[in-house]
Amino acid sequence: MAKTISIDPITRLEGHGKIQIFLNDDGGVKDCYFQIPELRGFERFVVGRPIEELPRIVTRICGVCPASHHMAGAKAVDGCFGGEVAPLALKLRDMYYHAHYIHSHIAHFYALAAPDFVCGPTSDPATRNILGVVAKVGLEIGGAVIKARAQAQRIQQILGGRFTHLVWCIPGGVSKGLKPEELAEIRPMVANLYEFTQFSLKLFKDVVLGNPEYVDLILNGPYTLDVQNMGLVDGNNAPNFYDGKVRVVDFKGKELCKYAPKDYMNNVAEHVEPWSYLKFPYLKQRGWKGFVEGIDSSIYMATPLSRLNVAERMATPKAQEAFEEMFGTLKQKPCRALMASHWARLVEMVQNAEMLRKYCADPEITGDKYRVIPHGISGEGVGIVEAMRGTLTHHYTCDKNGICTSANLIVGTTNNNAPIHMVTKKVASTLIKPGVEPNEGILNLVEMAFRSFDPCFSCATHSLPGQMPLEVKIVKNGEVYREFRRKC
Amino acid sequence: MDKKKLQIALYWGAACGGCDVAVLDTNEFILDVAAACDIRMWPIAADGKYKDIEAMADGELDLAIFNGAIRTSENEHIAKLLRKKSKTMVAFGSCAHLGGIPAMANQFNKEEIFEKAYLKNPSIQEGNAAVPTPHTRVEAGELEIPVFYKRVYKLDDIVDVDYYLPGCPPAPEQVKAVLKLIVSGGPLPAKGSVVGASDRALCDDCQRKKEEKMVKQFHRPWQILQDPERCLMEQGILCAGSATRSGCGVRCPNSNMPCRGCYGPLPGVVDQGAKILSAVSSIIDSKDPAEIEKILEGIQDITGYAYRFGMAASLLQRSVR
Repeated sequence: MAKTISIDPITRLEGHGKIQIFLNDDGGVKDCYFQIPELRGFERFVVGRPIEELPRIVTRICGVCPASHHMAGAKAVDGCFGGEVAPLALKLRDMYYHAHYIHSHIAHFYALAAPDFVCGPTSDPATRNILGVVAKVGLEIGGAVIKARAQAQRIQQILGGRFTHLVWCIPGGVSKGLKPEELAEIRPMVANLYEFTQFSLKLFKDVVLGNPEYVDLILNGPYTLDVQNMGLVDGNNAPNFYDGKVRVVDFKGKELCKYAPKDYMNNVAEHVEPWSYLKFPYLKQRGWKGFVEGIDSSIYMATPLSRLNVAERMATPKAQEAFEEMFGTLKQKPCRALMASHWARLVEMVQNAEMLRKYCADPEITGDKYRVIPHGISGEGVGIVEAMRGTLTHHYTCDKNGICTSANLIVGTTNNNAPIHMVTKKVASTLIKPGVEPNEGILNLVEMAFRSFDPCFSCATHSLPGQMPLEVKIVKNGEVYREFRRKC
Repeated sequence: MDKKKLQIALYWGAACGGCDVAVLDTNEFILDVAAACDIRMWPIAADGKYKDIEAMADGELDLAIFNGAIRTSENEHIAKLLRKKSKTMVAFGSCAHLGGIPAMANQFNKEEIFEKAYLKNPSIQEGNAAVPTPHTRVEAGELEIPVFYKRVYKLDDIVDVDYYLPGCPPAPEQVKAVLKLIVSGGPLPAKGSVVGASDRALCDDCQRKKEEKMVKQFHRPWQILQDPERCLMEQGILCAGSATRSGCGVRCPNSNMPCRGCYGPLPGVVDQGAKILSAVSSIIDSKDPAEIEKILEGIQDITGYAYRFGMAASLLQRSVR
């Protein structure tokens, strides 16, 4: 019987994950599977509910990015009511969403990505975590990180009443507006967050780009994937997180499609495998061709890097500077190096902070026309937002009484199910070779493949050791004969 | 491992991650917890594995904090494992406490859920007949995923629970207060207590003006512009506040939106949904059966309103189709 390696559990996208590696008799990788072992069935159990309740229910798909589900749901519900939304509400929702992005991106970069670079990818796992990062960069910076993330959460709370599991969006607008005294409280926080994004970029340049080994790892490690790119863009093909059209560009830069939310069904479909509860989206026009890379592949990724790959420019000036510098340094656009997602995240965060500044300066933002009462029920809506970890689609239909008759959800991380499966196999096959026993180092190198995709849990903030629990088990003839585990 | 430190584990079953975020939203306090405790397992943050837990002596953990409901065989297995190894077990958040939002699925059977997710769905490839199965034979060998159960259970359906910390998610300040108590080694309340919440109803803490609760017509939240100062129920907007434990900080009514009951029933209440329904029936301003009927037409999906978070803890339990 061939040996197998199980990596179980890994922390994942929204719950639990598992990697199963099958070895040949010579010790090389025969095959590798990335499996998601759970389902909760939202698409079924929201049916029969008042449609306006859905945004309050679907937040519970993910407590790490609830605002993404809330906004996509709210937009789908707006569609069900004919689409009229108070213009001020659109601004407020967008403003909220930028703060939400910052909280998530800070958490991911500092708690999960930074340990690999600040401490080093093969440093002692006991200190390769956020505490190790704090030890290296100093308590002052550690405190600044916690403060910045807490401010991003607080801005959401002021705007929408809640951050995790917000209940704020309502057909035609939002349930509460922003008072002048609340705006006064937000302003200094936004100023600090803007400074913090600049600081983060500088830190990245010093720590990561200042180290040729890291640059080599990013550009030439096994962490590349020849698949297509997806992201939401505005009319100028600049990234937009709350609204816009979905643009898909192949890895050589050719636009494959650009569709409005209502046309998602003609462009994206989902494939099912019996060995995972999570579906595998692909480009529908090309058909399902299996887990294959290449210019004709129907597999795409939806990540911070893919968003910047499909964008021709950023929407704000400082972010534009960062964008030009990033692609100038990488010397390829689109960039296929998955690790560049960490950099892309910081570039996006600059746009988030600049947009928050813009809204703080908007004289209309504290207005009181944040809701309109819907005039009728048209019965169908598709809402697409760019969740932090990928394009998120919610499609609802309802009857004439506004009761949900169907819901279809294509979730941010789900887009990346196939790419994660593929890159896991690629990294494992690169590292586990005949005659080479996998050692503790493989754990972090496999994890790094994951981390570039920011699996949903990583955004949860300054997680302590900030690493995914991985276990590699080598089984020979049904007996465990070697095991690797991180030390606590 | 430091014997003097508190040995703790945090785990999630069928959950969304919001409970873990609630722990992390205690901000710098989490560093104090890390200093005072050995976190032996916390999939989001620390490094314990199932194997490590299995290798422990029974009762070696001082505390296990479990969030999420029980939806699959894996959820059940780990809940039982952690129970065996822990002196104290806390059901953290609405899902572990009452079943939570995932328990809304108990109105449907497993086949209906699978059909919608994998077979009849606008973006599923034409002709797909594949659905996830516990065991799949592939060329290279055997692949396994957990069994999806017929229904969702709350944690104490599966294991003995010492304390309940309610909320979806629990308010971070409540989480902090409870963790502080545990870390300081202070006297703990009686087994079975609900912690991190009050014994009052949400209405008692809600600042909205309450006058007379008599309603001729129910409205859905989008149908009228709410008066931000006045009780939502009095305005005809269904709000579960009177039948729900307080402790969240009144966060939904303060957002101008009605409560949906995530903190669970008041002390001594057997079925939160029944209490919510009696609150509704008590405010209908009519004695005429035909008129009452008409007023009630303004309410849709009463089950999903009364049992938004508590289906697994209700007398109804689940669909038996």
